Amino acid sequence: MTEIVALEALAARVTSGQSLAIPVDGSGVAMAATAALLEAGIHDLKLICVPISGLQADLLIGAGAIAALETSAVSLGEAGAAPRFTAGVKSGAFALRDSTCPAIFAGLLAAQKGVPFMPIAGIIGSDLLEVRPDWQVIDSPVGEARKVVVVPAICPDVALFHAPEADRAGNVRIGRHRELANLAYAARRTLVTVERIVDRNLLETEDSAAGVLPSLYVEAIAVAARGAWPLALWDEYPADEAEIARYAAMARSEDGFRAYLSTFLSHRKQVA
Amino acid sequence: MSAERERREILIAAIADLLDGISHVAVGASSPIPAAGAMLLRARNQRDGKPPVRISILGSQAHNFFTNGGIELFDCAAQGRVDAFFLGGGQIDSQGNINLVGTGDYPKTDVRWPGSFGSAYLYHLIPRVILFREEHTPRVLVPKVDFVSARAITPEVRRRGGPYALLTNMALFDFDRDAGGFALRSVHPPFTPADIRENTGFIYEEPAVVRQTPRPDPATLALLRGTILDELAETYPAFARAMKQAA
Repeated sequence: MTEIVALEALAARVTSGQSLAIPVDGSGVAMAATAALLEAGIHDLKLICVPISGLQADLLIGAGAIAALETSAVSLGEAGAAPRFTAGVKSGAFALRDSTCPAIFAGLLAAQKGVPFMPIAGIIGSDLLEVRPDWQVIDSPVGEARKVVVVPAICPDVALFHAPEADRAGNVRIGRHRELANLAYAARRTLVTVERIVDRNLLETEDSAAGVLPSLYVEAIAVAARGAWPLALWDEYPADEAEIARYAAMARSEDGFRAYLSTFLSHRKQVA
Repeated sequence: MSAERERREILIAAIADLLDGISHVAVGASSPIPAAGAMLLRARNQRDGKPPVRISILGSQAHNFFTNGGIELFDCAAQGRVDAFFLGGGQIDSQGNINLVGTGDYPKTDVRWPGSFGSAYLYHLIPRVILFREEHTPRVLVPKVDFVSARAITPEVRRRGGPYALLTNMALFDFDRDAGGFALRSVHPPFTPADIRENTGFIYEEPAVVRQTPRPDPATLALLRGTILDELAETYPAFARAMKQAA
């Protein structure tokens, strides 16, 4: 059964060296849990961005918590480039696996279906095939005779995201953010932070059940108020653009990043 | 600021013209000008009783009808249900290849950009990909990209997708998929064909007489400055505000 635990206890379920899958900014990013991971001194994570990331990946990279990174992009969006990602690529701070968005979804889908690889359209001609020796171009063994790219299954050790609410049984409302379900289906374990726990059963009606990830896939839940801050959470709150811009400016230098990180961690503690 | 507004209005109107005839256009993140161009086409078609236009703007709630998560745009493109899309590039080369990864030797590139996003896939699958990059300089428009995020032409595989046009701050180029290169279609005021030659790092076809990119007509401007900026404010509040303030 899904356990409801404290935020620190949830974070303690991620251990150094594991592969960790996270969703795109704005989809439901567990920033409070990320702070808890950093407080706990997590390191050597193999981060998988589904299919891209921004502030969360950049913080983890800057803090030296990442050994490997698989992503289709890291960007702060309107706030510009992700400074620690950019610096980390240059210095070779982590093993980089450049990807393209639908290839990451295809890898997760292979894991979801329990098969070793997934074929995917397009990509042929891209230099990504040169830098991803684990991707191959094959002649389709069935159906229309054509070349097709295959990518290996992506089975994250842990998926981590943030959502508005869960019920006491651990069912999580994900709305139309089905990518969160893709994460959970593929990952061995899924950890979720929520704004609140509700007393009603989210599976009670067709309407409410349609946007719900069942507790079957969810190992543990922790409450984290404004848990995606400074990123947006759907209808709940918009992104704190000023805070993200402040990060973008400070994180240009290593010292600036350290200063930001320390304020960010103490701010999160105050909220908790 | 009014010169800046005029520059943007020409680009938005040019995008609406490039999209003419499509029924579904998707717009990626951080793309206010392409989004405004798509909205202008939709509003114009509605005004003129032409077929309706669907718009999917990533990151928008009001202008996004997808319900199957991040994968739906990609599935939709594979099914042939997306007619047009926009891609940019830190580098774009004479053959229409784009580089969203960086310059120099991979992986420790001298300059690193965010990454390839969905380009390697969508370039194959969406028929009318408009390359949109405001900066028009020899460092962006290069003879050969350092890293091919997405290749424009792949004779070894059949595909429906690829580049359709390249729009910059200075000019509009058509892409000829048979010839595998760009041809100058028009130059935005106040630039001249000589400016384009000077600032383009690759070879392209130039017609004997180069047209000027048209300024939007008064009816288009009225739509753009009214309805479109109001619609755009949901996803791009800062951009819409700046355009309104310039009025």
